[in-house]
Amino acid sequence: MSTQASEKTERLLNLVICLLHTRRPLLKAQIRQAVPQYDQMSDEAFDRMFERDKDELRALGIPLVSADVDPLFSDDVGYHIDRREYALPQIAFTPAEAAALSLAARTWAHATLAGTGAEALRKLAAAGVEPDAGPNGGGGLEPRVRTVEPAFEAVRAAVVQTYPIAFDYERSGGSRSRRHVQPWGIASWHGRWYLTGYDTDRQDSRVFRLGRIVGAVRADGRPGSYDVPGDHDPRQAIRFAAGASETERVAQVEVRAGRAHALRRRALDAQASSPGAWDEIRLAFTDAGRLVDELCWYGPDVRVRSPQDVVDGVVTRLREAAREGA
Amino acid sequence: MSQESATARVARLLTMVPWLLAHPGVTMEDAAREFGVTPAALQRDLELLFLCGTPGGMPDDLIEAEWETGRIYLGNAETIARPLRLSLDEALTLIVALRAIEATGELGDARVVASTLAKLEQATGSHAQPLADAAGRRIRVEVADDEESLHLPALQRALAEHRRVHLHYLVTSRDEVTRRDVDPMRLFAQDGHWYLEAYCHRAQDVRLFRLDRVQSAQVLDVDGTPPPQARERDLDAGIFQPEGSDTVVTLDLEPSARWVVDYYPHEDVATLERSDPATGESRTITRVTLRVADPTWVRRLLWRLGAGARVVAPDSLAADVARGARAALLAYGDAL
Repeated sequence: MSTQASEKTERLLNLVICLLHTRRPLLKAQIRQAVPQYDQMSDEAFDRMFERDKDELRALGIPLVSADVDPLFSDDVGYHIDRREYALPQIAFTPAEAAALSLAARTWAHATLAGTGAEALRKLAAAGVEPDAGPNGGGGLEPRVRTVEPAFEAVRAAVVQTYPIAFDYERSGGSRSRRHVQPWGIASWHGRWYLTGYDTDRQDSRVFRLGRIVGAVRADGRPGSYDVPGDHDPRQAIRFAAGASETERVAQVEVRAGRAHALRRRALDAQASSPGAWDEIRLAFTDAGRLVDELCWYGPDVRVRSPQDVVDGVVTRLREAAREGA
Repeated sequence: MSQESATARVARLLTMVPWLLAHPGVTMEDAAREFGVTPAALQRDLELLFLCGTPGGMPDDLIEAEWETGRIYLGNAETIARPLRLSLDEALTLIVALRAIEATGELGDARVVASTLAKLEQATGSHAQPLADAAGRRIRVEVADDEESLHLPALQRALAEHRRVHLHYLVTSRDEVTRRDVDPMRLFAQDGHWYLEAYCHRAQDVRLFRLDRVQSAQVLDVDGTPPPQARERDLDAGIFQPEGSDTVVTLDLEPSARWVVDYYPHEDVATLERSDPATGESRTITRVTLRVADPTWVRRLLWRLGAGARVVAPDSLAADVARGARAALLAYGDAL
C-alpha cells in the first residue's frame, strides 16, 4: 500500500472520528485544526481536499451533515456526523434469526455480491450478533446463487438506482442491436438472470437475458428519471414472457416400453396400448416449440400422434437431422 | 490488496474497530481470516489505527492497539465503537437472499425470515431504508424450483444421521433408470435446481444427483459415512464438469443453437463466417469442440437441434445421428 493512500486513510479516519466526537457542528477552520493532515496544507488545497473527502465519506453511507453554527453569522456552515444515524443500533437477533442471516449471506458466497454480504454480516457481528457459522442454518441445505453473467453488476446497480441504460443485445437468432431500457427489475429464473424493463425504442415492456448482453452496459440517463410500475414483479414478467401464461394443450404421445422415463414422469396418464411394445401417454404443454425440443431428444423411442402442429414440428426436425448427418 | 482504495480501507477499518472491541483477545490469524486479509495487512491496519484518534493529538487521544502477543486488544476507541449502519447494497444483499429463502420453504421458517427482515430494517441507514425496501422487491432470486423438493426431507435426514441411501435415479442422457447406494455428502441448490452430492458405490466415485431426477430415495439402516477419498467438487465453474474422455466431437452451430456453448462444458469455441451460396448472405457459425465420455447424449442433442447443428467430426457420429433420425421417421410413414 502506498504511503499516499495510507495518509489519505489516516486523514479520512481522523475526520470521521473528529466529526463523530464533536457535540456541536464544527466550522471548516476548526476541522482543519483538529485533523492533523489538513493543517499542513495551503488554504486552497485544504478547500479542495475537504470537499472531496466529504463526498467520499457520504458515498460510504456516513451521515455527514452540515448545519448553521451561529444564527448571527449565517454564512458559517458547520459540519458533524449524526451519531444516532451513524451507529448500528443494539438489535437482539435470536439464534434462529442469526442462522437465517448467515444462510442469506452464504447464498451469495459464489457470486459478485459475496464481499458485500460478508461485510454486512461482519457489521452485525461487531454489533453483537454472533453469526452461526456452522451448516445448521437451512438444515444442512446450501443455497448457491451464482452471477456468471458479466453484465450482472452494471444491470443490478441500474435497477437499484433506477437509471436508464443502453447496451448491445444479441437475439436468439444471433442478430445484434443496441437497446435503450428503463430497468424495472432483475431476477433469476431456472438458473439464469433476466432484466425486466421498458424498452424506449419499442415503447413496450421487455424481458432481456443477461447472458445475451454483449459488452459494456452504459448509463443513459439520471437516477430516478422514470417510475417503475408499483405492482411490478420481475418473476411474473419473466414467466409471462417465457410463455407460461399461454393456454395449456394436451399431446398424445407413444413411448417405447421402458424408455422416455422423464416424459412418463410428467405424463397426465399412461396406458399400455399394445402389450410390451409401446405405451400411450398424454402430456400437458403450453409451448409447442419446447415440446418438440423435448420429444426429439428421444429419437426413435417416441412417436407423436397429436396435435398436428407438434407432429409436423417433430417430423421437420427429424428430417433435418437425417439430412444433416447424411 | 495493493489496489484497495483509501475509502474502501476506511470502510473496512470502521467495521474492524467495533469487531475487535467485541472480540477482545482474538488472534491475528482469526481476525485476518474474518476480514479476508493477510496477517501482514492486518498489522498495517493496526499500526494505522494507532495514529488515529480524537482531536488534540495527545497520546491519550489516540486509539490504543496491542498485538505483540499475537492476540489483539483495542482501547480508547469509544467514538467509533459502534459499526456504521448497513449500506444500501449490504442491506439489499441480505434482504434479497432472505426473501428467496422464505420462498423456498425448505430453507427456513417464514416467521423467522419475517422477523429477521424487520430487524434488518432497523440496522439500515434511514436514507437507504426506503430504497432497500423498494429495490428489494425488484431484485428476485430463485434458489430452486419447489416442485423438485419432494425427496429433500428424506435426504436431509440421511445427511444429518450419516445414513446410506438407496436411489432410483434417472440418467437422462442414456434415458435409463439406475439403482445405486450412495453416501450423502451435501445438499445444495444451484442454477435453479436442487442437487445431492454423494459418494456412489456403483461408480466408486463422487457423483451429483439432480433431485427432480430421483425417482425414489430410501434411507437405509446402514452407516453412510463417505469414504475418506470422497471430495466435494468445486462448483463455481458450474454443475457440468468436463468429461474425461478421448472422444472429441466437433459441431457447427447455427445462431439458434448457440446456447449449447453456454450450457455444456467445451474444449474450444470459434466463430466462422459462412455465406449462403443461394442468397449470398453471410451468417455467423459457432464451431464448438466437446470431449464426451458417452456419445448417447450428443446424438440426442443433435436430434433435438435438427438444422441448428451439423456434425463436423467424427463421421461415425454423423452417420449414427442420421440413422436414428430415419428410424424415428418410420413411425410417421415417412419414406426417406
